[in-house]
Formats: sequence, C-alpha cells, structure tokens
Amino acid sequence: MTLQQLAQYLLSGITQGSIYALIALGFVTIYNVTGIINFSQGEFAVIGAFVAITLAQETSLFNGLAVVTLAWPLPLAALAGVVAAVLVGVLLYRLGIQPARHASPLSQIVVTIGASIALRGMVLLAWGTDPYRFPAFTQGKPLKLLGAVVTRQGVWVIGLTVVTVVGLFLFFQYTLIGKALRASSANPGAARLMGINTRRMGLVAFALSAGLSALGGIVITPLAFMTYDRGLMLALKGFVAMIMGGLTNPFGAVIGGLLLGVVESLAAGLISSGYKDAFTFAVLFVVLLVRLGGLLRRGRGEALERAGL
Amino acid sequence: MKAKFSVGQLAVVGLVAVIALVPPLVRNNYQVFILTLIGLYTMLTVGLSLVMGYAGQVSLGHATFYGIGAYATALLSARAGLPSWAALIVAVVITASLGYLLGVPMFRLRGHYLAMGTLGLNVIFSLILKNEAEITGGPSGFTHIPPLSVGPFVFDNDVKMYYLVWVAALAVLALSLNVVHSRVGRALRAIHASEVAAETLGVDSNAFKLRVFALAAGYAGLAGGLYAQAIHFISPSSFDILFSIELVTMAAVGGLASVWGSIFGAATVVLLAQFIRDRLGVLMEGASGEGEIIVFGLLLVVIMVFLPEGLTAGGLKAIRSWQARRKAEG
Repeated sequence: MTLQQLAQYLLSGITQGSIYALIALGFVTIYNVTGIINFSQGEFAVIGAFVAITLAQETSLFNGLAVVTLAWPLPLAALAGVVAAVLVGVLLYRLGIQPARHASPLSQIVVTIGASIALRGMVLLAWGTDPYRFPAFTQGKPLKLLGAVVTRQGVWVIGLTVVTVVGLFLFFQYTLIGKALRASSANPGAARLMGINTRRMGLVAFALSAGLSALGGIVITPLAFMTYDRGLMLALKGFVAMIMGGLTNPFGAVIGGLLLGVVESLAAGLISSGYKDAFTFAVLFVVLLVRLGGLLRRGRGEALERAGL
Repeated sequence: MKAKFSVGQLAVVGLVAVIALVPPLVRNNYQVFILTLIGLYTMLTVGLSLVMGYAGQVSLGHATFYGIGAYATALLSARAGLPSWAALIVAVVITASLGYLLGVPMFRLRGHYLAMGTLGLNVIFSLILKNEAEITGGPSGFTHIPPLSVGPFVFDNDVKMYYLVWVAALAVLALSLNVVHSRVGRALRAIHASEVAAETLGVDSNAFKLRVFALAAGYAGLAGGLYAQAIHFISPSSFDILFSIELVTMAAVGGLASVWGSIFGAATVVLLAQFIRDRLGVLMEGASGEGEIIVFGLLLVVIMVFLPEGLTAGGLKAIRSWQARRKAEG
C-alpha cells in the first residue's frame, strides 16, 4: 500500500465517519437524558434527506400520484429537511416513548424498533425503492491533499461536522437549555428539584438528536445515494460509534464515528468490500467483549437501581 | 379447579381437531400453504417467547437460526447427498449447537448491547448468504431442495407438509409447556424478574439462558429445514433483519410470556400480512410491502405501549378494567 492510497482510505473514511459521528451524537444526546437507545435514529437521517431532496428537485411521490416541482434553493431545502426530522422526533417521543417511559428496557427497545420499521414503511410508501441523490453543495473539481482526492462535498461534510460539534459544545456549555439537558442526564432527581422539567428535556433531546441525524443524512446524500432502507444500518453504525466512544461521552462518540469510518474504509479497500458492514460488527464485538468489565458493571448497576436494591 | 382443568383440555382437543380438519375444508393449495406457514412461524415464535418472555433476553436476530436450519438442510440433502430426513435432523442439531456456541459470547451482553449484538449477528449472516454465492447460491437463492421422504413415503404436496408441520408445531408447543412448568421455567422467570436475585438464590443464570437459547435455535432450525423442504427454494431475503423483527411482532402480539399465545401471534401476523397484500395492492398499485411494514411497526409500538401482555391477555385485561370503571361510575 502506497502512502497515497493510505491517505485516500483515511480521507474517505473520515468523510464517511463524519456521518456516523453525527448519528452517534444523536444517540448519546437521547441516551444521556432519557436512558433510551433509540433504534429508529437512522430513520431521521433518511427522512431528513428525502424531504430535502423533494423540496430541492423534481420528485414523484406515492408511485407517481403526486409530482413535486418546488426547486427550493439547496440550503433552504436542507433546513426544511432538518425541521421535518425534528418534528418526527418530537412526535415519536410524545406518542411512543413518553407513554412507555416506565416500561422495561426490553419493551422500550421493541418500541423504538417498531417505530423504526413503521417510519421506514412510510418512507417507502412515499418515495419508493429508487435511490435518490442531491447535487454537491458547491460544484467544481475535486481537491488534492497529500496525493489523495477529496471531493468538494467531502470538504462540506467534514466542515459541517466540525461546525456542528463546536456549536453543540457551546450549546451544552453556555445556554440555559444546554445546561438543563446536562443536569437532567447527570442527576434527574436533583434536576427536577431545581425546577427543570425533565420530561420536557426528553422532548428537547429527541428533537435535537433527530436534527443531528437529519443533517448527517442530508450532507451525505450527494456522495452516496439515499434509499429508503438505509436507516437501520446507519443507526447500527452510529450505535457502534457511540459505544466506541464510551457510551455517554459526546466527544467520544465523534471520535468513535470517525474511527469507525476509517476502519470500514481500510477494511473495504484492503480486505473485502462485500463484507464492509460486517467489519462494523466485528468492531462492535471486540469493543464490547474487551471492555466488558466496565460495561458489565455499569449494566448491573442499572439493573440494581431498577430493582430498587 | 377440576372443571377449569377440563376446559383447558377441551380447548386443546378442539384446537387439534380444527388443525386436523382444515385441509379437507379449504381445498385450496395456496391457503393450505399459508396455514403451513403459520405452523412454521408458531415454532419460531414459541422459541422467541421462551427467550424474550420467560428469560427476558432480547433477540433481534432469530431469523438467523431459521436461516441456518434452512440452508443446512438444503446443503446436506442437495449437495452432500444425505437422505432428506437425515439432513433435517442433522440440520436441527447443527442449529441448536450453533445457538449454544454463539450464545456463549452473546450472553455476556445485556439489554441494549444484547439487542444490538443479535441484530449484528443477523446482519453478518445475511452478508454471508449474499457473498458466499458458491455455497449458498447468493442473492438469487438455492434451488432444487429435495422434499422430505421417510422410506418410500414422500412429503410431496401441500397437504402432507401441512400435517407434518403442525404435528411438529404441536410437539414443540408441548415440549415448551413442559419446560415452562418445570424447574427450568421457574428459574427463567426468576432471571427475568431479577438476574441478581436469581443468582443469589443459586440459579446459574448464564447456563439457563444458554440452554433456552439453544432450544429456541433448535426450534428455529427445525422450522427452517421444514420450510426449505416444503418450498424447495430458499433465498437470503427470507432470513433478514426484517423477518427477525416480524418474529418479535408475532411474539409480542401473542404475549411475550405465553406459549399458547404463539399460535395466535403467528396466525394474526401471517393473516394480517396476507390481508394487507390483497387489499392494499388493489388500493395502490405496488404498495403492499410498504403497508405491511408500517402496520407491523405501529402494531409493535401500540402493543408494547398499551398491551405489553399481548393482544389477548392485555386486551381482556383492558376491557375488564374499563368495565370495572364503568360500574364504579354508574
């Protein structure tokens, strides 16, 4: 492997990994505030991307029953896609998660899985099985870096991820809502005593996390076709990134996402592209089983808390 | 107490009679095949109920074992040249053993991790089926699987398969009821309630989880093998994650911790899917798979949120409490 090849694998890995990072951030946000792993996280990315595509370019919906020709400017369409996903996130929390908040973790997992395939079905109904694509945000020749090629969209992806992560840091650190979110995850009981409506914070967490995933879905669409069934795999990868980053740590999740992207890119390039997705789970099993001591203790602690022991 | 017992016995006899009498009444091969599918899915759902409802462990990859049973039977009979009955038996043994072996690392995980781990297992299995085309036939599937034959008797039509599958399904149900009402069943319920408490009382929770997982895998292997021998053709899409989730829906509809509910859950989901396919396809051309997964997804959410004991037990309970409230008010 030449240095140039290595640089190429690293760069495409980081580009792809940025998406996993955004989705993992969504996972962490929800988990920290509500203690739920939301298996329908990937659907937000898909919905955001499809709504943005529909508003930006001619799209036929419901198997040709309706044709939308709005041609909104790209940034506006992207924003609308994020907003649409946020609304779906809010609805999901209100209708599915909140009523089941006292249920066992097993029930909550099944609820989010059910929501995931219901949303996937709705996307399929509206947009069908065709792959969709966006034009790149800015046109032009790809750039060169250390002999490796980066598309302009790749620069957008990495740039937007950096901006989002910095923005999120400022939000959590300096705004009232951000602080309230952190308080709710650190100690829900104490947060309630301080007058924080932790249930409302759960809603905010779902909204925020849906927006993050949607952004990921929208920026990746010019690089890889978006199809209705990508949600579950994106969610699985975001989850693996989250675990690699230590489950509750937002910055760990970002690093985990980038690392996973690089591992995948190297494995696909050097070993086998057919098994690209299998490497994700190889990584998952290694991380889970190696780090098991720590993770296990945590799991038991939670079980004890739940049992009131 | 005694009267109640005989009502239960009557119900079982009634069920067996209905199952036995259906094919002569239906006379339509396609419908007989749909009823055969319900029998196969009942076996899968019973296993999943034992794992999820009794032992309290999430499995989102149960289709993997169904697939292992089907592909093992196909390979052993069509490629290795084993007699079809022997292929089926060996396939079940292989599937149960793989369930045990895969369970060893898997059950070191809990809760969300176990859910993701089992999902991951299913994803990897699907990738292997698609990529190893020389062995599995790849995405286009494995054809020419010989029918089951025992000596000169060949199970070569839908009605014969129907009876065979339902005899197997009833045997699986009976075995499961025995497990549930035995020491093992009590241990599993204890693990579900509190793993820590169960362990302090001397229950080796890991050993019990592994055994029940292997049993469920064995059921799935049997169902998979019979499925392959019934339709002579298998392809990866029958064993993907979506089917695993469909199985969870069946278990949830029937009540996660209910052995008899499995028949009800499997029947409801299969017939509902059939209904949606027939009706929605007419309503909107090409829109049938979509409707199916939307309905199953929403069904899962609604049942887990409002009727966690399943459609029958949960529904009855809801009606009773509603009646009680009306009485209190009126």
